[in-house]
Amino acid sequence: MNVRGALDAPRTQQTGCVVSVVDQKAVELPPRISEASVADYFALLKPRVMSLVIFTALVGLMIAPGHVHPVLGFISILCIAVGAGASGALNMALEGDIDVLMSRTANRPIPRGRITRGEAMGFGLTLSFFSVMTLGALVNWYAGALLAFTIFFYVVIYTMGLKRRTAQNIVIGGASGALPPVVAWAAATGSLSVEPLLLFLIIFFWTPPHFWALALFRNDDYTRAGVPMLPVVAGPDATRLQILLYTIVLVAVAAAPWPLGYFDWIYGVTSLILGAGMLVLAINVYRHRTGSTALRATRRLFAFSIFYLFALFAVLLLDVVAKAIAPLIW
Amino acid sequence: MDSNNKPDGDRIVLTEAQKKRRRERSIAIAWALGLMVLLFFAVTFVKGPGVLVRPM
Repeated sequence: MNVRGALDAPRTQQTGCVVSVVDQKAVELPPRISEASVADYFALLKPRVMSLVIFTALVGLMIAPGHVHPVLGFISILCIAVGAGASGALNMALEGDIDVLMSRTANRPIPRGRITRGEAMGFGLTLSFFSVMTLGALVNWYAGALLAFTIFFYVVIYTMGLKRRTAQNIVIGGASGALPPVVAWAAATGSLSVEPLLLFLIIFFWTPPHFWALALFRNDDYTRAGVPMLPVVAGPDATRLQILLYTIVLVAVAAAPWPLGYFDWIYGVTSLILGAGMLVLAINVYRHRTGSTALRATRRLFAFSIFYLFALFAVLLLDVVAKAIAPLIW
Repeated sequence: MDSNNKPDGDRIVLTEAQKKRRRERSIAIAWALGLMVLLFFAVTFVKGPGVLVRPM
């Protein structure tokens, strides 16, 4: 017979003896039998976030110098993807209490009661362990250590430390989302260089405009959950200014690798065109502050920011592929 | 979720839905473990004797 709560029951000290009060306090409950499906567990991995992680890591791997064996390349990307998914599961385990309060996250497996926080925690820790150890053992320990640091940063520094304490949560926490191409580069080369750090900086400065645009049109959600996102703490107008300032920095950082000689002119021109689009949309967000026009402007910036990052990295990937197959054609 | 479980003495009888989901989860775990074994096996071919050399 299962007596849930027996292990957690308090003990009282009476006349020098430790006396269990389990008998008085424990409630007999049937054991919880999980009906969680494989899809519920897959949802814990945040597949949409994971897809962006896979893509940016793939670019980091492909632009790295030297030859990477396809099997080792596949293992590297798989481990980075699983590590990112593990971070997502641990994040959901720790945020189950606020996810239930927000319409954006209320359909996640934990708020819906499909998976308990403990199960998500166990799932996330298991995947974290295996992703890091597999990357370290099969590829190299430098990349394994970087992946472990990425998971640690996202779960401990961002989720447990920053998210509920400061409006700068996604600015600092954005570092964890920016690390996958760095991990992939380390997996390919066993070292670090300027190029992966440039990719890191691009994603790092992309994160604030992207998430603050989301926070602007999900302001009610974050307010209800008590998450101190910038629009909740500083107000929408201050957020609009910050979005514009960060977008200016982002466009400059994204274009810098061209004049610095790290990426060629195709990337440079593309980054300037895409950057102009980001700037126009950020200016629109800054200008339109009320009504449906303001809402539309923030939604457009949010949607375009995803395309912006995808397109920027896609150009780098295409450039590498083009250079690889050009000698075969000519 | 638990209301359909009818205890049979000290044993719990799973509902059909619970059995189906448990089987699906077990199969998914089996696939994951199988993939991992295959990956480790494949790496022994890729690295050859160097599989034991794991640079920091």
